[in-house]
Amino acid sequence: MSASNAAHSVVEPSTSARRFAGLLVILYAIITMVPLVWIVLTSFKSPDDAISYPPKVLFKPSLEGYCNVFTTRSRQTPEFFQTLGPPQGLCDNIARSRNMVVAGPSNYVPRFINSLIIAFGSTALAVALGTLAAYGFSRFRVPLKDDLLFFILSTRMMPPIALAIPIYLMYRTVGLSDTRLGMILLYTSVNVSLAVWLLKGFIDEIPREYEEAAMIDGYTRFQAFVKVVLPQATTGIAATAIFCLIFAWNEYAFAVLLTSGNAQTAPPFIPIIIGEGGQDWPAVAAGTTIFLVPIVVFTVLLRKHLLRGITFGAVRK
Amino acid sequence: MAKVEIRAVSKAFNKTQAVSNLSLTIGDGEFVALLGPTGAGKTTTLRLIAGLEMPDSGSVRIDERDVTGDAPADRDVAFVFQQYSLYPHLTVFENMAFSLRAPIRRVPEAEIRIKVQEVARLLHIETKLDNKATQLSGGQMQRVAIGRALVRSPSIYLMDEPLSSLDAKLRGEMRLELKRIQTDLGATILYVTHDQTEAMTMASRIGVIESGRLMQIGTPREIYENPINAHVAARLGQPAINLLPAALFAGVPPAAATVGARTEHLTIARGGGDVSATVTRIEHLGDQSYLHLDIGGRPVVTLSDPEASLGAGDTVSLRLNKPLFFDAAGGRVAA
Repeated sequence: MSASNAAHSVVEPSTSARRFAGLLVILYAIITMVPLVWIVLTSFKSPDDAISYPPKVLFKPSLEGYCNVFTTRSRQTPEFFQTLGPPQGLCDNIARSRNMVVAGPSNYVPRFINSLIIAFGSTALAVALGTLAAYGFSRFRVPLKDDLLFFILSTRMMPPIALAIPIYLMYRTVGLSDTRLGMILLYTSVNVSLAVWLLKGFIDEIPREYEEAAMIDGYTRFQAFVKVVLPQATTGIAATAIFCLIFAWNEYAFAVLLTSGNAQTAPPFIPIIIGEGGQDWPAVAAGTTIFLVPIVVFTVLLRKHLLRGITFGAVRK
Repeated sequence: MAKVEIRAVSKAFNKTQAVSNLSLTIGDGEFVALLGPTGAGKTTTLRLIAGLEMPDSGSVRIDERDVTGDAPADRDVAFVFQQYSLYPHLTVFENMAFSLRAPIRRVPEAEIRIKVQEVARLLHIETKLDNKATQLSGGQMQRVAIGRALVRSPSIYLMDEPLSSLDAKLRGEMRLELKRIQTDLGATILYVTHDQTEAMTMASRIGVIESGRLMQIGTPREIYENPINAHVAARLGQPAINLLPAALFAGVPPAAATVGARTEHLTIARGGGDVSATVTRIEHLGDQSYLHLDIGGRPVVTLSDPEASLGAGDTVSLRLNKPLFFDAAGGRVAA
């Protein structure tokens, strides 16, 4: 142990250790960011650049992918083009350079809206139910509490897709297949177990004296829950909401199986783009890039809570 | 303010009997302290009055009204918790206004402002009203916790060791302040503590509680001078009462098995006393000294004048001066 080392605090990492840790984090970030960056780059390439070998890092940016993901196009004869007037806007211009005309909007926007409604709807429902259930398990003497909690957790043990066929048959019978409500209920039921378990941990950490104080101060238990417990559980609720949202947003298998026309979400729709008029990778990449935005925005908005939320229990106030 | 009465209340948690058959009446404007060791059932008694626990049997009456089955909000009591329990997401002002803003009270906002500021001045926290509750020192938090109760005029203030997490100096100050506030407001207070000084200095009556039973209740003087058993006697007095086998002394009542001797019951002399003792250790506390003695293998602690030129190993003789006598079961025996 050198003299210079002895001057350092025991708990504070040294400058060199900090630099090394920083370097590791940056390296890891680069490794994980590469596929994302590649997707975003591809979304701005022309179809030719997207499949060129060796892959192009420098290319002439094009919005063709974005045009293609939002529109459907049809191939026309040169005679037909002569009957048309000047191109209507950027996408029409790009389409005509490929001997096509824009036939109309694609299904991407409705699919995206479905994704938003289903993912946020099921997240809100799962977090709301989860918070109430977690509060109940945390505060009341529930008969068979441990067994019930285990049962809730056990619903997660089977791979969800193993239940696909029974759920498909059930949904068909009750008329929930290919409905947004059906998908919201399905994702809620998968997420609620996670929500209960995560939130119970958070609520256990909130001393019950706070509610007792509020109840003596003249509030009912439910008012105390809203006024005192919820504000202190925001960290946990935010972290749980992000986990639930990511699951519901990315879910593919049930979406493929249970939705087709009305309630189809973006994940099963994006690969369909590949089939329309050859392998349109820029359009797939553009669809994926846009698909990433809500989750990034949501996570960034809640990042303060998320950081504290993921490390919950590690630091006592 | 009102009279609060608990009648033959019992409460068990699983197999632990926390409170058994406890009856207690707190008169209007009275300051009653419940004194007892940790786990004696003091806090449970408070929680039963507040309605945070339901008694297994017995009843709680506030102002002649049976509130045994009522929710805490309907009982009109205020509670000061041991761990402050300030709402961390609210400011000091919001914490103190919280009870007044409850839907059942509907106090106008202007009135709330006046009331909170008045109490804040009383507790010297008027400059902290805009701070977050978590940005305060321990003493300030404690005053906010008390202030949160004082903004209301409930039937009774229930205080659960409210000064226990303060340092000694602050505790002394708060003791005086709390007593002053109680006298000024004419408040009814049930105060739980394991600190005999707090009980002795503030309470008009002290209830000594042990294993869920109320052993004795009376004025501080009665409890100190006339304890009904050895348990109660051991609760009060510093240094603690010395309980010695009666056989060591001559002239004790025949029923007595134990002699309880406090400092004032022991006269130390160089010779000519009832029994002789050996000095084992002297602790100098400044204005006085703790004198540790050994009588026939039994340790005895008493106070002595720091000027007394005693040292470890010295032999002294002790004379008993109207001590307390207890029988084999610990019950008091008349002298």
